[in-house]
Amino acid sequence: MATVDIHVNADVHHHDDHEEHEHHGNFWTSYIFCQDHKVIAKQFLITGMAWALIGGVLSVIFRLQLGFPDAKLEWLRPLLGGWLTSDGKIDPEFYLALVTMHGTIMVFFVLTAGLSGTFSNFLIPLQVGARDMASGFMNMLSYWFFFMSSAVMFTSLFISTGPAGGGWTVYPPLSALPQAVQGSGLGMTLWLVSMALFIVSTLLGGINYITTIINMRTQGMSFTRMPLTIWAFFFTAIIGLLSFPVLFGAALLLIFDRSFGTSFYLSDIYIGGEALPHVGGSPILFQHLFWFLGHPEVYIVLLPALGITSEIIATNSRKPIFGYKAMVGSMLFIAILSFVVWAHHMFVTGMNPFLGSIFTLLTLIIAVPSAVKIFNYVTTLWKGNIKFTAAMLFSIGLVSFFLTGGVTGLFLGNSAVDIQLHDTYFVVAHFHLVMGSASFFGMIAGIYHWFPKMFGRMMDERLGSIHFWLTFVGVYMVFFPMHYIGIAGFPRRYYSWTNFETFSSFTDLNMLVSVAAIITLSAQFIFLFNFFYSIFRGKLAPANPWDSNTIEWTTPRHPGHGNWVGEIPTVYRWSYDYSKPGAKEDFIPQTIPYSETPESNLPHENELIKLEMGNSGAIVIDEKKH
Amino acid sequence: MEKSLSGEMKIIEEPRKPISMHPKKFAMWLFMATVMMLFASLTSAYIVRQAEGNWLYFQLPNLFYYTSFIIVISSVTMQWAYFEAKKDNLARVRTLVIVTSILGIGFLVGQFLAWGELVRSSVYFVGNPSGSFLYVLTGLHGLHIVSAVVFLMIVLNSAVRSRINSKNMAQMEMCTTYWHFLGALWIYLFIFFLINQ
Repeated sequence: MATVDIHVNADVHHHDDHEEHEHHGNFWTSYIFCQDHKVIAKQFLITGMAWALIGGVLSVIFRLQLGFPDAKLEWLRPLLGGWLTSDGKIDPEFYLALVTMHGTIMVFFVLTAGLSGTFSNFLIPLQVGARDMASGFMNMLSYWFFFMSSAVMFTSLFISTGPAGGGWTVYPPLSALPQAVQGSGLGMTLWLVSMALFIVSTLLGGINYITTIINMRTQGMSFTRMPLTIWAFFFTAIIGLLSFPVLFGAALLLIFDRSFGTSFYLSDIYIGGEALPHVGGSPILFQHLFWFLGHPEVYIVLLPALGITSEIIATNSRKPIFGYKAMVGSMLFIAILSFVVWAHHMFVTGMNPFLGSIFTLLTLIIAVPSAVKIFNYVTTLWKGNIKFTAAMLFSIGLVSFFLTGGVTGLFLGNSAVDIQLHDTYFVVAHFHLVMGSASFFGMIAGIYHWFPKMFGRMMDERLGSIHFWLTFVGVYMVFFPMHYIGIAGFPRRYYSWTNFETFSSFTDLNMLVSVAAIITLSAQFIFLFNFFYSIFRGKLAPANPWDSNTIEWTTPRHPGHGNWVGEIPTVYRWSYDYSKPGAKEDFIPQTIPYSETPESNLPHENELIKLEMGNSGAIVIDEKKH
Repeated sequence: MEKSLSGEMKIIEEPRKPISMHPKKFAMWLFMATVMMLFASLTSAYIVRQAEGNWLYFQLPNLFYYTSFIIVISSVTMQWAYFEAKKDNLARVRTLVIVTSILGIGFLVGQFLAWGELVRSSVYFVGNPSGSFLYVLTGLHGLHIVSAVVFLMIVLNSAVRSRINSKNMAQMEMCTTYWHFLGALWIYLFIFFLINQ
């Protein structure tokens, strides 16, 4: 039996020792078609940042229309061309396309690929102690599928009929019939092609993340010693793996309806008095399939940000994370619940009210694990020796958004209250705070925190805090008034409300929102300057700039392909031994065995010293064997 | 010798070894999970749509019984090939992999002829969703069978170059698992159609 085990082991670690030596490829193999997870992470990051900029600019363009409906936008003609009407206003159909593309870009390209793609790729091998992902080739394919998907989506912005215009949820029949809006023609086709490629990319990435976390952990890195970032990426990948195929199925049937004449989603439609041949379909079916992905997608976006925040808050509070197991448990619980609440997006589709009550109940239960997480963040901060780095500021900002945005979820999750609030700006305010801004802040926090590991230099902290305060106040100025606008009954996705006398008293509030949006977007340029300037001119980073415990800080300043020179370090403890009573310093890295810290060990940790001997003996044999 | 001895000792002494499966085999299982989710979502869409009424009921093609038989036989030959590979009997592995591929292609041809049978009984791809679902589900499953036949060709290539043996079974195991999975998936779909007929 033992011999068999050794074979499996040898197989798993087989490519390890080859990759200890750094590869010296040419430009193409080391920067473009690279299989190193760190380079792929940076590719995801840069592409994601480009998309974030595009998505942000689109939102400011339609905010101009919403805040200043009478403004002449002739000065935008060089950019928008024919999308401006002859009297210098945004074309109504182009407005719909802008909203659609803003949603698609931000949800999928920025907060799924840009966030998960960057940090799962970068941190999983570095924090679990692996030389690379389980399959570097699949990982590279994952990026290039994302790139192709991006290219198709980007192209659709420039075609004459414009990009998809049916909303990011692409509900049929609007999205299925080219007659509906211009965007439902070629733009929608490109949208579907792009999303199919995107799903392939996500699945390739997700399979890799899960495999790496389960199979490639270093000696001693048990599940209970993993940093919470890894737990978050793990759950995210599982959710993605289970939900994206469903979106693929939904999109496939939509493609058949659009291009092959089937009637999965279409029935009894008359256009200009003419009946369409489609009979027997159900548009609600699409909503069920879409939201079975769509709701888990919210957590695909959010969980990595929550994981990143856990790590940053514990490190910068110089305290162990409060309730490690509760944090893991709540993420698991959120992941499970995310699959059984999808119909709360569909309360007004005429569903059985009893079914509505069940989904209300299940939805409101999500408040429990979410509250556990917020409680644990606050208790970790409590009496901590807090260092307000830029990353820390953004993490605390995330906790704030997660709370204020989450509270409104309690109202929306109620099937009765939702009838009033459905598809109003209240919904827009809710999900932009809890999912959009919170995840975005998690992503930015991650960039500030791991920038030294990515590029070997530090970002400027002062610019970082200016960036934080402008963005933090800006985001609240954008989204807080939207609650009032929503309660007043403003429907989302409307081009203008000037025809409604009731809404004219809110004109100034809408103007405020638009101005705040412009300020918030401008503040991001401070970040972009800081980012690119620091890559080349930033202060050189010390080995462990944040005095952090996790093992990515034991790699060289510029880790090569293979991450560690020599052996992969063995892990002896969890990653949250900050300010341990009796310890010499306020942090004990995961690589320090208990036998070296007798002054701070707890009684049960002294018991573990014996096992450590076995462990360190084992790792030597493991490396020598091949 | 000394090293491998201490290697054995290690396994006995060390209490908590992280779970370690072959990463590629593990990734294969994850891939099958995604395929399962795709078909689970489409078959549940089938049930949801059927419950709304206006549903065309029709006779399933008789050929489905034959193709089901073919795919079960192909699973047997595949498993046989796997056992022979374990015994380092490469010549027989080659034959059995070829037989499995032929059965797989036979299955595909059968499915295609079954579509013809459907068309003759006036069940078209375009029309009532009940027929469209049947075409989409069988078509998607057929596409996966095509991918599995390609995988069989890769395995055959490895077998010809003697890259498969009792000590190097990962690829063979993955292919066998995938083939059984797709067979079971078809049986699931067939029973699903029979129940909802």
